[in-house]
Amino acid sequence: MAVGIKDKAAVVGMGCSKFGERFDCSLEDLMLEAVTEALKDANIEFNDIDAFWFGTYCSGLAGDTFSNRMKSQYKPVTRIENKCCTGTDAFRNACYAVISGACDVAMAIGAEKLKDGGYSGLAIPNVESDRTVPDLSAPAMFAFLGSSYAHKYGLTEKQLRGTLARIAFKNHSNGALNPKAMFQAEVPMKKILESPVIAYPLTLMDCSGVADGCSCAIITRTEDAKKYRNDPMYVKAMQIAAGPAHSERHQSYDFTTVKETCYAAEAAYREAGITEPRNQINLAEVHDCFTVTELTIYEDLLLSERGDGWKDVMRGVFDRGGVLPVNIDGGLKSFGHPIGASGIRMLYEMWLQFHEKAGLRQRENPKLGLTHNMGGTPYSCVAGVTIVGKELG
Amino acid sequence: MAGITTYGAYIPYNRLDRERIKEAFGKPVLTGEKAVANYDEDSITMGVSAALDCCKNINPQDIDAIYFATTTSPYKEKQCATVISGVIDSRKSVRTADFGNSLRCGSTALLAAMDGAKNGLNVLLSVSDCRLGAADGLNEVVFGDGAVSFALGNKNVIAEILDWYSISSDFHDQWRATDDIFVRNWEERFCVTQGYNKFMIEAAEGVMTKTGLKPEDFYRVVIYAHSTRYQLEIAKKIGFRPDQIQDSLYASIGNTGAASAPMMLVASFEEAQPGDKILFMTYGEGSDAVVFEVTKEILKLKYRPSINKYINTKKVTMNYEKYLRWRKLIITEPAKRPRQERSSLPEYYRNSDKNFALYGCRCTNCGTPQFPPTRICIQCQAVDKMEKYRMYGKKATIASYTVDYLAESLDPPNVIVVVDFEGGGRMFCHLIDCDLDRIQIGMEVDMSYRRLFVEGGIHTYFWKAIFKKH
Repeated sequence: MAVGIKDKAAVVGMGCSKFGERFDCSLEDLMLEAVTEALKDANIEFNDIDAFWFGTYCSGLAGDTFSNRMKSQYKPVTRIENKCCTGTDAFRNACYAVISGACDVAMAIGAEKLKDGGYSGLAIPNVESDRTVPDLSAPAMFAFLGSSYAHKYGLTEKQLRGTLARIAFKNHSNGALNPKAMFQAEVPMKKILESPVIAYPLTLMDCSGVADGCSCAIITRTEDAKKYRNDPMYVKAMQIAAGPAHSERHQSYDFTTVKETCYAAEAAYREAGITEPRNQINLAEVHDCFTVTELTIYEDLLLSERGDGWKDVMRGVFDRGGVLPVNIDGGLKSFGHPIGASGIRMLYEMWLQFHEKAGLRQRENPKLGLTHNMGGTPYSCVAGVTIVGKELG
Repeated sequence: MAGITTYGAYIPYNRLDRERIKEAFGKPVLTGEKAVANYDEDSITMGVSAALDCCKNINPQDIDAIYFATTTSPYKEKQCATVISGVIDSRKSVRTADFGNSLRCGSTALLAAMDGAKNGLNVLLSVSDCRLGAADGLNEVVFGDGAVSFALGNKNVIAEILDWYSISSDFHDQWRATDDIFVRNWEERFCVTQGYNKFMIEAAEGVMTKTGLKPEDFYRVVIYAHSTRYQLEIAKKIGFRPDQIQDSLYASIGNTGAASAPMMLVASFEEAQPGDKILFMTYGEGSDAVVFEVTKEILKLKYRPSINKYINTKKVTMNYEKYLRWRKLIITEPAKRPRQERSSLPEYYRNSDKNFALYGCRCTNCGTPQFPPTRICIQCQAVDKMEKYRMYGKKATIASYTVDYLAESLDPPNVIVVVDFEGGGRMFCHLIDCDLDRIQIGMEVDMSYRRLFVEGGIHTYFWKAIFKKH
């Protein structure tokens, strides 16, 4: 009987590159930026790392994309791709590796170079098919959530727009305080509300940006963590849920939720022993690829009651100074979304917050943090929920 | 007794008011509207739609042969009749053939179908065209797009073919070489005096001699002409009164090429009564003249297709620039998006049931209909308990939607809807021929067979939702 991995693995160092339009940087530059920071943070030599899990969505294929740039010396490198959960899943596999005893020190790294493609929006790699499924832009995939959420809960067009704008405003105002974010400026509500429609009902300002970036974590077994530092970050739960496309094909699904997130969250709460997420979680970094995604995530993570997410937004529950700050680092909205790098970037904010290094964003003594990703569409995707803590137990 | 047993039609929803062409070039033009195939329509999709209309009165499984006639086949090499066969869900053991290369190909196919019907075959025929005239020319103004379909057999005949007479002569009037985009014409007076007038008179006299009928014996005469003026002149020359002449529809939809005379024939059935005789005459390197007699079976059709219904269901808001864009006659700035990839033909072929006749499947273990077809049930996970289950024909409603301004399109924005079929089954598809401000969750839609894109020379067709029109 599986008992879960609560407190069995610990993070002893983390690094995160500046995210943004890094036209001056190669993948090697981005990786070196994050890895150098993490090694220094953990006070460890690169060659002391036993194995690597390298997550990238479309910036390279096999493990040698990492090794031939970082010159790791014939160590195992596994390339991981799990859409927007790529970084999170690299982290999950690295944790499992140290817990199993297969290695002592592992690195999870996520990197993505999107701006070299020359496209606006995200380019989805070609997979052979008959191509009869409509080619939707990423905002369009998530726009269904907006139309249906408003329809189900009786929001007027203005109420929906106001709610989504409030989420965008919150995340940009957080990003304004983050020196590693792509966008480091507040955006006035007026500008957000006047933004042009990209995929009805979503506007340009409902979308996260396209960016380059890299983030990484060095992981050991909990009992070994003290060799490197006294204040590691403990992994409480890591759960991934991949959906059977039930939502896509069954009429019972109403486009106001993402079932994969619900399943991953339930499993993660069980693994971490969390019974009242809204009261127990101090910080959440969630997958705000679009503002409306964040809106439904509140409810799917049980941070809001069904149909109340939008009211909680307007009440400021998830603001930097609110009861439960969500995306206090600025989120995908401020960082952009270099697919493979985002999951570990979210953990990096927990790392900073637990070590009182979050500058003007610092909350008072947060102890438990949740990160969430989802890759795919709201009706068929892979979702990941990770819970980390400052303390054991 | 061989003849037509039922029929159908399709006229595109969008019309270009010819005033827009006048505005573009500052010259007076013919008044009225031309039917314009949407950017995702071509002779195949229109031919399919007409065939589906025709099939409302017959069981496709009873069809023995399927013919498709057009001068605007999307392919120089590859048959189109097989597409119709797939979409209407006919038997695989049908004979299929394409007829083309002449304005007269519609009547040639009709006579071939007649030959089959006389031998006891049930033949379905679609005639469809969407020809292009060069900008600022008469052809552009007059041409329109559309399709008609007929079923022929020797039982339950609604319009018996009494006799026919054909004239064939190699004559250049209009033509397109293999690499021509636009129709070319020789100087008009030569064509009319040395070709058109002579062929039409010869064919009309030929068939009237064979049948012993005189002009006054006919309820209607359907005559193809490049313009209404020549149609009226030739009818008078042959001896018809103006009230016998079937309207060319050039003012309302335009000259639909090979489908033009067949379209008029369908229009002449609109109010025809048993015993009415109709002379049907086509033109192109000669002429085919066919005499029909309407039977009392026409009164027994459970569904009587109406051309007027199609003519009056329309949207006339498009401008000339949109017309140019749909026909790819102007080069527009590409979106900063990855190129459209071509379809994988092995996968397209494996999914034939889904892609043509719009089949999903239904789990015999738990009863859940699902789309696309799959071996493992989404609901109960039973393996290989599926039966074929057709979504086409089921009531379809919008479960959710979005309007995508980012995706590449010849008519942005792309509207994408989630369609729920009555009884179960859900699909994601485009919504086309709609009004953006009227889209609502819960709204009923129809399904229409369209072209998704052309890449690598492969035309990828699939189903889209359209606003319910009738």
